[in-house]
Amino acid sequence: MADNKIKAPAPGTFYRRPSPDEDPYVEEGDRVESGQVVGLVEVMKNFIDVKAPQDGVVETFLVANEDLVEAGQDVAALADA
Amino acid sequence: MDKVLIANRSEIAVRVLRACRELDLATVAVYSDADADALHVREADEAVRIGKPQAQDSYLNIERIIDAARETGAGAIHPGYGFVSENPRFAAACEEAGIAFVGPSASAIAAMGDKAAARRIAREADVPVVPGGEVSANGGDALRAAEEVSFPVLVKAAAGGGGRGIRVVREAGELDGALAAAAREAEAAFGDPTLYIEKLLESARHVEVQVIGDAGADVVHLFERECSLQRRRQKLVEESPSPGLDPATREQMSAAAVRLAEAVGYTNAGTVEFLVDREGRFYFIEMNTRLQVEHGVTEMVTGVDLVRQQLRVAAGEPLEISQDAVRAQGCSIEFRINAEDPDQDFLPSPGRIEALELPGGPGVRIDTAIYAGYSVVPFYDSLIAKLIVWAPDREQALRRGRRALSELRIEGIATTTPLHLRLVDDDRVRDGDVDTGYLERLLATAEEEAVA
Repeated sequence: MADNKIKAPAPGTFYRRPSPDEDPYVEEGDRVESGQVVGLVEVMKNFIDVKAPQDGVVETFLVANEDLVEAGQDVAALADA
Repeated sequence: MDKVLIANRSEIAVRVLRACRELDLATVAVYSDADADALHVREADEAVRIGKPQAQDSYLNIERIIDAARETGAGAIHPGYGFVSENPRFAAACEEAGIAFVGPSASAIAAMGDKAAARRIAREADVPVVPGGEVSANGGDALRAAEEVSFPVLVKAAAGGGGRGIRVVREAGELDGALAAAAREAEAAFGDPTLYIEKLLESARHVEVQVIGDAGADVVHLFERECSLQRRRQKLVEESPSPGLDPATREQMSAAAVRLAEAVGYTNAGTVEFLVDREGRFYFIEMNTRLQVEHGVTEMVTGVDLVRQQLRVAAGEPLEISQDAVRAQGCSIEFRINAEDPDQDFLPSPGRIEALELPGGPGVRIDTAIYAGYSVVPFYDSLIAKLIVWAPDREQALRRGRRALSELRIEGIATTTPLHLRLVDDDRVRDGDVDTGYLERLLATAEEEAVA
């Protein structure tokens, strides 16, 4: 099941960190578990977790921190662990 | 003062524009890059771009807003609600620039903005406050303050407000963790980690009193609004009068609100918020030093245009109303139409409005800035329209609400309209028998039933 994507749950501004002075949730190359939070989408003053849909390795982020994303947009590629 | 800059967006910017127009005041809109197509920009006489979509780069940028007023020669700034409306530094910046701020003095905003200080002022003015106490920087006295009023308690940020910066603590063991987390959050969100403790009043109602004062130092109240239907401390339905208040309590609460406002030399519009317990005792929680989202229901029952009065007061003119002349008639209910999906845990739902039909007919008012083809942007609050009804009594107002909600059609995005249609038929809502926890309990029950 290679070539899976982590998708934005809502439209808004994508963040890779829980807050500006904290470390990113994950880096490229990190192993993640199903349901693990890998980023946030800020939409209408709400912060919604972006979660990995299954276990794997974060191969590459497809959007940059603070980019605007659409609902369902791919934000990262996930490779088999 | 013949030109007013409106330092806000969306429905409240349009609401203020309308009042300006009726007073023959010229209008200046400000807008972010996300709002170039917004109705408030189209409707204003002039419009000034003030920055990028993120609020801190635009609607919260004090310098840019003051510059825009200077460039356009605006003599006054109306801040609406949210954004810079309760920022004493903004009110002070207006004063320094020789621009009239449509709101109270910077000192009154600051006095009420520190919620712990506001409690002290309230007590001195003989206004009952929720039992509780202040917490020193090291938190050493927190446990005693909490035990004195008994758990459960709320840990609140002194610089918070509007339902933000609050934690529920049910037992002593949770207190230290809650204090640390709340102080951290308060420091990050408001730049001030000061906390205080309040007894958690369960099954209380949220009732607030509208006040307005002029430079002659007269403070007039315009009765109360009931705002107990809330989710995550955000109001969803508001009405006036409160269905749960007897005439004596109404009178005492209104008088208490006026005493508090007078204690800080309050001018312009403000709202004094109270909790009312089952025994009908009321307790001050905070004062909002601005026009409130739900001001429309007060306008409907009193016939007073609050924004018009605000603009007059800012221009140094006296109020057109006196306490004796303010009468409340009938019942008004506001339904907040938010771009949120109530069937998906209120997931925000920005996007393009493909089709729009607004209700009309007797006793129906819509405050909104949306139009067919408009795209609701993801950067700001989810409130997109306020559907307000008036009728001679509450039963008719609820029926009128149901009728108007069923006429409202917004296609392309999810809204809270279906939830409101359920609420107007809910027995407890119909009986006016709700507290601030009712809506969340109702939603939790509905979710359980859906799963079962």
